[in-house]
Amino acid sequence: MNVIVCIKQVPDTTEVRLDPVTNTLIRDGVPSIINPDDKAGLEAALAIKDQTGAKVTVISMGPPQAENALREALAMGADEAVLVTDRAFGGADTWATSSTLAAAIAKFDYDLIITGRQAIDGDTAQVGPQIAEHLGIPNISYAEEIKVEEGYIQVKRQYEERYHLIRAELPCLITALAELAEPRYMSPGGIFDACRKAEITVLSRTDLDVDDSNIGLKGSPTRVKRSFTKQAKGKGSVIEKDTLESVNWLIDRLQEKYII
Amino acid sequence: MINKEEYKGVFIFIEQVEGEVAKVSYELLGKGQELAQELNTQVTAVLLGHKVGNLADKLAKYGADEIVSVDDPALDIYMTEPYAKALAAIVDRFKPDIMLFGATAIGRDLAPRVSARVHTGLTADCTKLEINEEKSIMMTRPAFGGNIMATIACPDHRPQMATVRPGVMEQIPKRSGIVPKVHNVTVENLSASKNVEIIEVIKKISANVDIMDANVLISGGRGLGCPENFALLEELAEVLGGTVSSSRAAVDAGWQPKDRQVGQTGKTVRPNLYIACGISGAIQHLAGMEESEIIVAINKDPSAPIFEVADYGVVGDVCKIVPGLINEISRLREQQKIV
Repeated sequence: MNVIVCIKQVPDTTEVRLDPVTNTLIRDGVPSIINPDDKAGLEAALAIKDQTGAKVTVISMGPPQAENALREALAMGADEAVLVTDRAFGGADTWATSSTLAAAIAKFDYDLIITGRQAIDGDTAQVGPQIAEHLGIPNISYAEEIKVEEGYIQVKRQYEERYHLIRAELPCLITALAELAEPRYMSPGGIFDACRKAEITVLSRTDLDVDDSNIGLKGSPTRVKRSFTKQAKGKGSVIEKDTLESVNWLIDRLQEKYII
Repeated sequence: MINKEEYKGVFIFIEQVEGEVAKVSYELLGKGQELAQELNTQVTAVLLGHKVGNLADKLAKYGADEIVSVDDPALDIYMTEPYAKALAAIVDRFKPDIMLFGATAIGRDLAPRVSARVHTGLTADCTKLEINEEKSIMMTRPAFGGNIMATIACPDHRPQMATVRPGVMEQIPKRSGIVPKVHNVTVENLSASKNVEIIEVIKKISANVDIMDANVLISGGRGLGCPENFALLEELAEVLGGTVSSSRAAVDAGWQPKDRQVGQTGKTVRPNLYIACGISGAIQHLAGMEESEIIVAINKDPSAPIFEVADYGVVGDVCKIVPGLINEISRLREQQKIV
């Protein structure tokens, strides 16, 4: 069985800044991690590997330094790593990202594709289902538990007020919630091999069978018109007094507003 | 390049589960009315399901001028493919200019699948929608955990699609006397398109009131010190007729269930009164509550960012101030009874 896990390298902090000229995010100097939902998905894939001997391939699309995320995935136990990188892929929205990733995934054998539900930088939750659409396979989003059987997957799919227990024939794509699995640590041997020995397959523009009109900024139906930092609401009044005075002051304020 | 002139109208995907329409769908019908007026067009509710025809009148009251409905047994319980197939067929036939979904567990699954199929852009989790001078929709959304707001357009593809955060847009007052035009559409082979099987539907059992519906929220964070202190908040909620909610930290610590979480990864709330108790006010939390009418913050750290958005802030120990408030409010209530 072949499991492909899509991972994204994301900035570790919410301390991000904007380039005032290009209006794009400045990522330099911000430590990067594997996106948490993706890492839960990777753990779920590694658990399937432990159980069934499945082969786990991690794929990441991004700038060359996304290699670090892939090496971490290898050190956790992934068998192969693929970096999809090219200037031509830059500036992609979710549509163009998913069509690029789908073209990369199509070069490999797969039974199960796992993506994180959403990345902490964009929070869109769109790329997973869109990859499935481009590949023409079913997707099950918001997976909280999974069980793989011969040729099938069973997923506990989360909704706000309920779960659906869903059974699907493979191939299928699922999007992982962070609750799906608690990621393991990298093993010392794994770290050694991942840094020294492991080869990372690099796929660039010419390696993918995808139309120019479906990749990068040109292939993106959406455009960022403007990005800005939110303005804080006007500050109210703050007091620092003893308990009794504080309570009375608050009660007065709430009475003024006819709340009590 | 498509001919944009052919695409008309504001279409709202109506999310219903067992015949119960999601609140966000009503909010979108309300927002849709505002957008449609600027575009001089109409609001169409897209109603998918089985035996859901009885919902038409209610949708009209909340802002639907027309209804496009696919009523089919394959659409009884939400499943990605039959829903995506039906919706793509509607896009093909009716050519909407704008199509909005709630950013829910259903909307965030269905909308990306449909946008990929009909080859158009999709903007996720919007908190603001406006029409610009070119009569296109500008979609604003938070990114990077709410640190950055981005305004996004979809210039050359139609429909312009967005998912919208529940609790952000407002419903319109109920209209009366509007009889919506209903288009019943048949989409072939919906049953055959089912590519997964639902074995079981498991309902989550939650005795809690939905925090998004509460007028008063007493919200607790890690500053409470221990989960037991949430009992104080329950008491304060009771005397104020409110509900208890929570920061992400308190949910992550296992002190409160996930469905009470306010913030970027939780729920967006806008109650009349929000009392933040022992919540420092990370930007992700503020993103979910700063639209509240009146914000009260109680925190022992005077530099906590929650004070930046609070109307009334008290620097002090939550575990002393909250009992003080409970006593005082109870005393006042007793007095009012006597009078």
